[in-house]
Amino acid sequence: MWDYSEKVKDHFFNPRNVGEIKNPDGVGEVGSLACGDALKFMFKLDENKRIKEAKFKTFGCGSAIASASVLTEIVIGKTLEEADKITNKDLANHLDGLPQEKMHCSVMGREALEAAIADYRGIDIKKQLEGEVTCKCFGITDKEIERVIKENQLSTVAEVTHYTKAGGGCESCHPKIEDIISKVEGKVSKKPAPEKIPQKQKLTNIQKMKLIEETIEREIRPALRTDGGDIDLVDIEGNKVIVTLRGTCSSCPSSNFTLKGLVEGKLREFVSNDIEVMVET
Amino acid sequence: MRNVYADNNATTRVAPEVVEEMLPYFSELYGNPSSMHYFGGQVEKKLIEAREKVASLLNCDPSEIIFTSCGTESDSTAIQGTVESYPYKKHIITTRVEHPAVLNLCRHLSKNGYKLTELAVDKKGCLDLSELENAIVDNTAIVSIMCANNETGVIFPIEEIGEIVKSKGAVFHCDAVQATGKIPLDMSKCAIDLLSLSGHKLHAPKGIGALYIRKGAKLTPFIIGGHQERGRRAGTENVPYIIGLGKASELAMKHIEDGNTRIKALRDRLEKELLRKCTNTRTNGDTEHRLPNTTNISFEFVEGEAILLMLSQKGIAASSGSACTSGSLEPSHVLRAMGIPFTFVHGSLRLSLSRYNNEEDIDYIIEHLPPIIERLREISPFGKD
Repeated sequence: MWDYSEKVKDHFFNPRNVGEIKNPDGVGEVGSLACGDALKFMFKLDENKRIKEAKFKTFGCGSAIASASVLTEIVIGKTLEEADKITNKDLANHLDGLPQEKMHCSVMGREALEAAIADYRGIDIKKQLEGEVTCKCFGITDKEIERVIKENQLSTVAEVTHYTKAGGGCESCHPKIEDIISKVEGKVSKKPAPEKIPQKQKLTNIQKMKLIEETIEREIRPALRTDGGDIDLVDIEGNKVIVTLRGTCSSCPSSNFTLKGLVEGKLREFVSNDIEVMVET
Repeated sequence: MRNVYADNNATTRVAPEVVEEMLPYFSELYGNPSSMHYFGGQVEKKLIEAREKVASLLNCDPSEIIFTSCGTESDSTAIQGTVESYPYKKHIITTRVEHPAVLNLCRHLSKNGYKLTELAVDKKGCLDLSELENAIVDNTAIVSIMCANNETGVIFPIEEIGEIVKSKGAVFHCDAVQATGKIPLDMSKCAIDLLSLSGHKLHAPKGIGALYIRKGAKLTPFIIGGHQERGRRAGTENVPYIIGLGKASELAMKHIEDGNTRIKALRDRLEKELLRKCTNTRTNGDTEHRLPNTTNISFEFVEGEAILLMLSQKGIAASSGSACTSGSLEPSHVLRAMGIPFTFVHGSLRLSLSRYNNEEDIDYIIEHLPPIIERLREISPFGKD
């Protein structure tokens, strides 16, 4: 069992500012159902451009909920310039610390705050943190890793995994993470630079999963709902996307057309042109 | 507040009768069974009795039982000992839903010169036996398939599996750690060569396990040294714990009927009520072929660790297959192998009962769990339009 501080428990059992704001000034959404945690954070400014209201919704474990709750408490009353300076460490410190393995929850809080501020300013946050994907399992870029290493003075791969999830899957990126740590510490990598293999822009599994989820949410589900139907993503195996159709769709005589035309068409358009959609049997 | 322990697939309460039986063997009857004096002799008699009790739980000969330190040691002994006995065979078969004690060992071996086949399961967590049949080749040293799954309780048809493996000339090891004491196991009816069990899953203490080794099975010892366990597992016998496992086996036989009637009814009522009271909920695994004490339920849009923390605050102990509770960043390999949708896999909850649970425990869980799910769904960004 995790050794959570009293403050973490308090914020988990009695979370502050749960919910949504009507007409928020900024909204930030990070994480996904597939990854096991997700946070939707939003704020509203007063006439002096200070955050007057902040709300959140979290899908995740105890420390994910506590980190989001404490985030809302910290930002209320701050200007965006002040909020810009909040780091994941601040969140963890306000909770009297988090278990090492749970530090990524505080990073998720910081990311959601950043995304919400960027949303308000009209900046595309994803572009800013673009870089080379280091951890293919969780889709974490070198830039994201570098930043968290700097902000938290991390020195081992295990720490980087605790803070970002990077390296927590197949572990094949561990040498790359070591190189990033060395780079941040100002050391030159001991190993000779690996030969650059020209790579096609290929999505990592997690990126693909996210993109499929997003496309279903944004492009497919609304269209089906207008006809009283709905869709569920069941699984993704390589290029096969397995779904179930619900509501009126499940018994609709033209459901096969819906599947091939709308669902597959959209997924091919937005994700990858070799996607094949199948219905769960 | 009531304390309800509903995590009996993780470990069980040591039965008071078991403790009582063990106690004299610490400070009074502390002899070494190998000794040639009366002090050892009286202990040895008790060991023979314990071995007989474990054997009768499996309906096998006492000489076919060796005692180990835990279920994992039994699994390692069976698998490593078999591959070492058949050095020219370089293929191992297991399933994607095995306990890490088997799965990680097989994957370790696959990095050291062995070819590994991991059999898939369907949505209900069941195997396709024709896939097994096709997978076994002359080069196959061992097939290791569990009897009942620890997470879902799904029971594999080990009698049929045994026949298939036997007809193809490979060794069949069955990890029955989760099944022993919960459902009847009869070695005279199954073509099982090796079977692992663990004491602490059947109301004996932690630190004791056993391995059934069919007469004539070739098995290189895992721990080499003295003559104990007829040379198949060296090291001075863990006398009090072996006696404890003997007593626990005797009690398990006595209670197996109760487990498949009263406890099963408790589990069924618990499951039915939770499914009725909570929307967007599903059971994971084949409910037809399942341990009578286990239910694995997924609550969509909420995360397992958060459920466990809130349950724990109410005095209810359970477990989950979510990533945050598994100690890694990946959710349960069992639920993923079954293709449970992402929306459900992180919100899985396993409730596993024992003979120490009663109707009041079930009422208490039914009263407190649904509001927890509702509360967490209010916090969750998913599930509502």
